[in-house]
Amino acid sequence: MKPKYTIAVTGLNNTDNPGPGVPVIRSLREAKSFDVRIIGLVYENLEPGIYMKNVADKVYQIPYPSSGSDELMQRIAYINDKENLDVLIPNFDAELFTFMKGEKQLKASGINTFLPTIEQFEERHKSELPKFGKKYGFDIPFSKPVANLSDINSIRNEFDFPVLVKGKFYDAYLAYNTSQIIEYFNKISAKWGVPVIIQEFIKGTEVNVSALGDGKGNTIGAVPMRKQYITDKGKAWGGITIGDKNLQDITQKLISKTKWRGGMELEIIKTHENKYYIIEINPRIPAWIYLATGAGQNIPEALVNMAVGKHVEPFKNYDTGKMFIRYSYDIIGDISQFEKLSVTGELEL
Amino acid sequence: MTIRKNIAVSESGFVFDPDNGDSYTLNETGKLIIDMLAEGKTEKEIKNYFTEHYDVDEGTLENNFNDFIIMLKNFNLTENE
Repeated sequence: MKPKYTIAVTGLNNTDNPGPGVPVIRSLREAKSFDVRIIGLVYENLEPGIYMKNVADKVYQIPYPSSGSDELMQRIAYINDKENLDVLIPNFDAELFTFMKGEKQLKASGINTFLPTIEQFEERHKSELPKFGKKYGFDIPFSKPVANLSDINSIRNEFDFPVLVKGKFYDAYLAYNTSQIIEYFNKISAKWGVPVIIQEFIKGTEVNVSALGDGKGNTIGAVPMRKQYITDKGKAWGGITIGDKNLQDITQKLISKTKWRGGMELEIIKTHENKYYIIEINPRIPAWIYLATGAGQNIPEALVNMAVGKHVEPFKNYDTGKMFIRYSYDIIGDISQFEKLSVTGELEL
Repeated sequence: MTIRKNIAVSESGFVFDPDNGDSYTLNETGKLIIDMLAEGKTEKEIKNYFTEHYDVDEGTLENNFNDFIIMLKNFNLTENE
C-alpha cells in the first residue's frame, strides 16, 4: 500500500513569470510511489494556482520572507499544527534562506525538506559565479556585482558591450551603453536591492538543465531542455528536451564536485564554438519541471522520497523530443473564495 | 558521407536533431537523398539515381546536390569525417 504524504508547496503564481509550484504539484499528483494531500502556501491571494482545479487541497497565506524569518516560521508552525505536514518544498529563491536556516527546526516538528546547504546556496550566487567557476573548473562569463552607481565606472574597462544587467534574484536586461546600465541598475535595485550583477553577454543558444543531487555527489536526475519560445520577460513559454551529452557531463561534474543536495536548474549558453558557459545556477526546481516529468524523470517525486529518508535510485534515461507549451486560460472563481482567503488566510478547496 | 546516427527522419520528411532540439522539413527530393545517405549509398550512386530517374542535366544536379550537402553539414547533421 502506498503511503500518503501531506506536502506543502510554495510558488502557485502561475503567471507570465511562473513559479514552479503548480508543475511541482502536478508531478507529485502523478507520483507512483505515494499519494498526496497538497497544501498550497501563497503570498498573494490572486496566485492562479489557488483557483486551479486539482492543484492544492487547501491553501494558506504566508508572510513574505522580508517580514522576517520568525514570522514565516511561526506561520509554518501554525499550519503544521493543523495539517501535520510531512514535506515542505519551497520554490522561491528569496524564501530558501529562511527554510535552509530553519531546516532543523522544521525537522524537529516532523517537516522534512531536501534543500541545499547554506554554503552551497551562497557560493552559487550570481555575484559569486566567477569564483565558483574557478573553484570547480567551469566556464563562467565575466560577472561583477555592483552595489552603487560609482562602481560601474570603476569596472568599465573590464567588459565590452553589450552586457547583461541582472538582479540578485530575478530580472535581466541587455545594456548596450553605460546610460542603459544605469537605467537598469536603478530599475533592478529598486525592486530586488543590491548588488546588481553586470555579466558579459555570451552569444549562443540558451539551454537549461533541471537536476537533482542526493547531497553525496550523485546525480539522481538531470533533464536538459532548450527554450523554443521565450516571453519578453525571458521566460520559457515552450521548450523541448534535448540529448546533448555535454550537458549531462557538466551537470554530473557540478553535482559531484559540490555534493549538491536538492533540486537545481543550470542555465547554460552553448556557443557556436561548442563552448558551454554556466550563466546561472538556480538552487531550486525550475518552473518547467513538468517537462522533465513528461520525459520520464519525476524529479519532485524523487525529491520527496529522499526528503522522507528513502533510498532513491538515479534515473537512467529520459525521452528527447518531448515538448512543453504553456498557455493562458481563464478560470472562473467566486468572490467567496477570495473573501475567505483574504479574511481568514486559509481556503479549503 | 553519412547522416548522424541519432538524427530522426520521419516518413513525412520531418527531421529532428535530438542534440539541440532543432527540426527541419524536407521536400520529397531532400527526403530521398537523406534516405539514400542513410542506406550508405555514395554521393556518386545518388547522383546517378537522379540522372536516371529525373529529367535533370548534370550541371543543375551537381549544383543543387552540393548546395543540399553543404546545408546538411552547416546544420551539423552529418557525421564528422
